[in-house]
Order: sequence, then C-alpha cells, then structure tokens
Amino acid sequence: MTETTPETRAQRRANDVVLDVRGLQKTYTGQGRSVEAIRDLTFSVPRGQLLCIVGPSGAGKTTLLRCIAGLLDVTEGEIVLDGQTVTEPPRGMAVVFQEYGRSLFPWMTVRQNVERPLIERGVPKEDRNQIVSEALDAVGLADSGDAHPWQLSGGMQQRVAIARAVAYEPQVLIMDEPFAAVDAQTRAELEDLVRALWKRLGVTVLFVTHDIDESVYLGERILVLSNRPTVILEDVEVDLPAERDQLETRSAPRFAELRGHVYELIQRAKEGHRPDHAPAGY
Amino acid sequence: MSTTNPLARIGYAVALPLVLFTLWWVASAGSESFFWPPLSDILAAFPDTWFGERITTDVLPSIARLLIGYLLALALGVALGIPIGLYRRVRAFAEPTLEFFRAIPPPVLVPVIALFAGYTGSTSKIVTIVIGCLWPILLNTVEGVRAVDEVLVDTAKVYHLSTRSTLVHVVLRGASPQIAAGARQALSIGVILMVISELFGANRGLGASIVQFQRSFAIPEMWTGIIVLGLLGVLLSVIFRLVETRALAWYRGVRDANRGA
Ligand SMILES: Nc1ncnc2c1ncn2[C@@H]1O[C@H](COP(=O)(O)OP(=O)(O)OP(=O)(O)O)[C@@H](O)[C@H]1O
Ligand SMILES: [Mg+2]
Repeated sequence: MTETTPETRAQRRANDVVLDVRGLQKTYTGQGRSVEAIRDLTFSVPRGQLLCIVGPSGAGKTTLLRCIAGLLDVTEGEIVLDGQTVTEPPRGMAVVFQEYGRSLFPWMTVRQNVERPLIERGVPKEDRNQIVSEALDAVGLADSGDAHPWQLSGGMQQRVAIARAVAYEPQVLIMDEPFAAVDAQTRAELEDLVRALWKRLGVTVLFVTHDIDESVYLGERILVLSNRPTVILEDVEVDLPAERDQLETRSAPRFAELRGHVYELIQRAKEGHRPDHAPAGY
Repeated sequence: MSTTNPLARIGYAVALPLVLFTLWWVASAGSESFFWPPLSDILAAFPDTWFGERITTDVLPSIARLLIGYLLALALGVALGIPIGLYRRVRAFAEPTLEFFRAIPPPVLVPVIALFAGYTGSTSKIVTIVIGCLWPILLNTVEGVRAVDEVLVDTAKVYHLSTRSTLVHVVLRGASPQIAAGARQALSIGVILMVISELFGANRGLGASIVQFQRSFAIPEMWTGIIVLGLLGVLLSVIFRLVETRALAWYRGVRDANRGA
C-alpha cells in the first residue's frame, strides 16, 4: 500500500462518511428506574479512520458501541452506516466485545470460533481454511487452532476474538477495551497489530479504551466523552506521523502534549465538568 | 477423585458392590425365612427365570418401551423448552400451566391414561413414560436456554449466524449441560414408570413379572427381578454417562479452568 500524506487522506475522507451518529440519546429503562446513559452524541466517522473513544468508567462507551452495532435500540436520534439507518446488526461490521472471554464459543475450538462467521457467509472451504490460518497467524496463535478457548490465557482469548473479527474482513471494526486483560508487553504487540491490520485492510476502526496513552498512540482522532449522561467533551485530532513506533512515538514531544491534554480532559470529566451546553464537536 | 488409571477407576467403582454382595451372601446364607431366601438360592433361580423366553416376552419389550418413551420425552422436552426459554411471551403464556402439570405425580396418571389408551397395549405405557420424563427435561431446557450467555447471543447476531445455526450452535449447545441434568433425572423417573405402568391390568413386562412372582410367592424369582432392575439402572446410567462425557467435554473443561483460576 502506498503511503498517502495526512492532507490528501483527510480530503478524500471528508466526502466519504461511513458512520454518522446524529443526536444519539440512550436511556435505559426497566425495573422502575431509568438511567440516562447517553445525553447527546453527534459525530461522523470518515471511511478508513481509526477513531479512539475514551471516557471515564461508566460514561456509556459500551452503550454507544452497542447502539452502533445494532444490538441496542436508541432512545432518540439516529445512527447511519453507509447511508442506512442502523436497526439491527449491520453486515460488514465486526465487534470485539469487552467481555471477550464470554464472546467465544467454549464448545468450539479456536479455529471453529474464527471460522463460524465465514461458514455463515458462505465462504468456500479452501478459502476459509486459508483466511482462518492467516488470521490466527496474524495474532500469533497459529499453533493454538485446535485448542478450546478455556485452555488459553486471557490475553490469548482476546487475540482469538481479534482474529475472528479480522478474518471476517469487516468494513467497520469495533473494539471495546480489547486489551484490558493483557500484560504490557502483549499489549504493545497487539496495539501494533491493530495499526498494521488497519493499514493493510483499510477498515474503519472504532476503538474504545480507558488507557490514555493507548488512545494517543493508536488513534488518528480521539473522542473524549464526559461522564454520564454522556456528551462529547472534545474531539481531538492526533497529528502524529502515520508511522508509529512504540519507543519513538511515545517519546515524541507531541505525543506528550496530546497525552497531557487528553489526560486533563478526562480528569475534568471525572470531576463532572461538562461543556456549557452540549453540542458536540469543536 | 484424581485417579486417571482406568483400571483403578473400575476397581473403585466395583469395590462397594462387591462388599455389599458378600455381606448379603453371608447374612442370608442358611436363612430359613421365606421372604429372605439365601442369595445362593436367588442366583440359582436366575438363569431359568430370565434367560428363557422371558427375555423376549417381558424384558426386551419393557426396555423398548422405556427407550421409546424416554427418547420421545427428550425430543419433545427440548423442542418445547427452546421456544419457551427463548421468548418471554411464550414463557408467560406457558409457565403457569407447566407448573400445574408438573405438580401431578406421574403414577397418578397411569390409570387415567390407561382409560384412554387401554390397559394392555404398549401405547398407554409409553405415554406414561413420556409424560413422566417430560417435565424434568422440559423445565431444565427452559432454564438452560435462558441461561445462555447474552454475550454469546450478541456475538451470534453481530456475525449473522443464521437462525438454524444460532439454535444448533449457540442455544442448544449452551443449554446442553442443563438439558443433560434434566435428562439424567428423567432417566430414573423413566425406569420407575416403566415398572409402574405395567402394574395395572393383566400385563407382561419386567415390572409385571416381578409383581406376579410376588403374588404367586415365587420369592427367589422376585428377588432376581429386582436384581435385573438394578442392573438395568446401572447399564442405562453408564451409557448415559458415556454420551454425556463426549458431548459435554467442553463444559467440564470450562468448569475446571474456572476452578483453577
Ligand atoms: N442494561 C442496563 N440497564 C441499566 N443501566 C445500564 C445498563 N447497561 C449499562 N447501564 C448504565 O449505563 C451507564 C453506561 O454504561 P456503559 O457500560 O456503557 O459504560 P462504559 O463507558 O462502557 O464503562 P466501562 O468503561 O466501565 O466499560 C452506566 O452507568 C451503567 O450503569
Ligand atoms: Mg464498557
């Protein structure tokens, strides 16, 4: 793939919005009490962007992702994917759930877990074998295909979930705190893996994390959410070079600046700071 | 028990029966009691009682009825349990009725069923077994289906598993440990009902034979019948466990993994 400069990328994308979240509001009701999780979110995501979403715990990040994935009805507003309002799980979207361990089928082997969505899509057997092998290879699990998920460590299970999402060859990849359970070393490797896959596949990625460093290192853009009920606190553009490196990027002065800025925002969000009134974006 | 050596395991399994058998032998040796004949007399009566034509006229038909009734109950219980477990509406609609029928002890139904299906044929007996075995399977299937992890269900939706695949690969597999628990309960109920269903009217069958021996004071023969029943129970339970071990290997794996963590 040829490297394009940030400018031309940005231009190309401005006209090609893949995901549009308009005035999203979500209130959970039930058992006689209602929780307003999301107050008002409006943002759009250009095709092929890697967008990180950060916010305090309980801010409604998972809620937002579940709405986008069509697993949760919105209370107010609209989510439009490729020109179509999302009312059920859209095709061409893969999700890595926060509860990665519970999202793997324990009665299937690792291979079968990755293969199942492809079978459903009618991919022929030989192609399937190759795609699954490549995906497992990419996450470093080439040798664990015949194991069952419960025979693997938490970090390995997480990688199976990622392999399944990648093998699905989605247009949009949603990841909800996918690296929460892995050690720092594996985490760094998986971060680079996500960047590499994103570049290779040209897929749009929505990546939720509570790790500020991670969001700056990974993202092209960071959506900082307020605490519940959620609005957008700031839409931060990450103007770091496209080529990222664990050591170099993380020690760059600009990285420190962005990190400090997002950190401050989150700190303020935790203290309950909200924009005066809540329209999104700056 | 962490014994993995199969010989050792068999040793463990048969040790207690051997001890009991020996105790019975010793305690009953030389017994003059009419109702407690020596075990040696009972064993002597065994071959003539069961290895003659009775095996085809009584034993095998009883076992066939048991298996047919049990498998029908299994199919029916799972087929009904899945929609009831999946849909809240169906559950609200069906659950009170189920609770009512479940509260009726199945033996009570035998004469009622026989009234409709006749005392002598196999139909009434099979129906009795089906109805008795149905409840534990049905109710456990409902619970099992409801307990399938919602993250798995969401995963199935996101990756667009077809309805059929979702039922087979997610719902049924996810509920299978609980279904197996119900099926195990149903198995012992089935054996009991196999016997009870043969007690009304003039009948043939394993259960009917035992009762006829008792009524005609053929006491050693009666005891042999009880031993046959016991052996049948053991055999069925061994087969059940073999199937369960294969189908639920993953479940034990998950449990052990959680315990180890
Ligand atoms: N099914 C539900 N019913 C009622 N309230 C809910 C439900 N799910 C989530 N909530 C509430 O909505 C809010 C947002 O939850 P959500 O899981 O989206 O947060 P989050 O940002 O993903 O948090 P975390 O970073 O801890 O994963 C929380 O206050 C939570 O208690
Ligand atoms: Mg969450």
